[in-house]
Amino acid sequence: MSDMTWFVLASTVVAALAMALGVMLPAVAMGRAIGQALDSLARQPEAERAITRTLFIGLAMIESLAIYCLVIVLIILFRNPLLEYLVHR
Amino acid sequence: MRAGDPEIFVHTVFAWGPVAVTDSIITSWAIVLLVWLAALWMGRRLRERPGGLQAAAEGIVTAAEGAVRGVAPEHVALLLPFIMALWGYLVVANLVGLVPGLYSPTRDLSVTAALAVVVFLSVHWFGIRAQGLKSYLRNYLTPSPLLLPFHIISELTRTVALAVRLFGNMMSLELVALLLLMVAGLLVPVPILMLHIVEALVQAYIFGMLALVYIAGGIQSQQLRQEQNASGAPNE
Repeated sequence: MSDMTWFVLASTVVAALAMALGVMLPAVAMGRAIGQALDSLARQPEAERAITRTLFIGLAMIESLAIYCLVIVLIILFRNPLLEYLVHR
Repeated sequence: MRAGDPEIFVHTVFAWGPVAVTDSIITSWAIVLLVWLAALWMGRRLRERPGGLQAAAEGIVTAAEGAVRGVAPEHVALLLPFIMALWGYLVVANLVGLVPGLYSPTRDLSVTAALAVVVFLSVHWFGIRAQGLKSYLRNYLTPSPLLLPFHIISELTRTVALAVRLFGNMMSLELVALLLLMVAGLLVPVPILMLHIVEALVQAYIFGMLALVYIAGGIQSQQLRQEQNASGAPNE
């Protein structure tokens, strides 16, 4: 197979795998965070505002991890800097 | 820009000397003008007995004020205009992608990076204003000067995270809608667009909220240390 075929194959496989892993682990973390928040909400319903706010901010932090993966995958698929090396060789 | 790029990537409308004016700049200015005019018009026609529109506007301001009060109860008047401006711009900017032919300016990393830099600078601005330069800078040396590099790294990474989070969310939503349109055809992306509405509002809320938390952290770390000093706590 030519270099280009390998390149396309590797990029696609790596992109799919990175997205799968990069979504799986933050999903587990988010599930834990939401579960804990619901627990404390059931125990102290009067603290709802503070819990919701902190939960949202925490979820945003966790979510940005998945977003980092997405950005890297987008770079791999659309703007791979290593492609230049392969084309101009 | 290579040929065959999807149209959702940022494109240059016209070049003005060395300055490339992209579609996100034009959309941004239009949104700023729109929000400004709407706020101005709303402020001009305030009545004692509010109509439906005024009640809605008052509800928005009250909700924002409540959110700011929840995080920084002593600096509501100081922080509310900045946070409210961020929210007002971001809500419209995130939702404008739903209008056919327009794209959210927040799908452009340059726009979100600019917003993140504004937040980064205002953290220091409000922090210094609250306590003075010397005292603010000393904050970076507590609890120990050894932690200075970590303070600086945390400042930088959270700014980058702020920019990349908004960009990644908006970009991915528009990409998903576009891909579904290419794969499946008309009207299939509509459920995804409904998700887009929710996500756009949540991301605007989170961006403003994180900015608020960072600024409040910059102000309140001062007060915490002051209280410790006043009470003669031994941890200095």
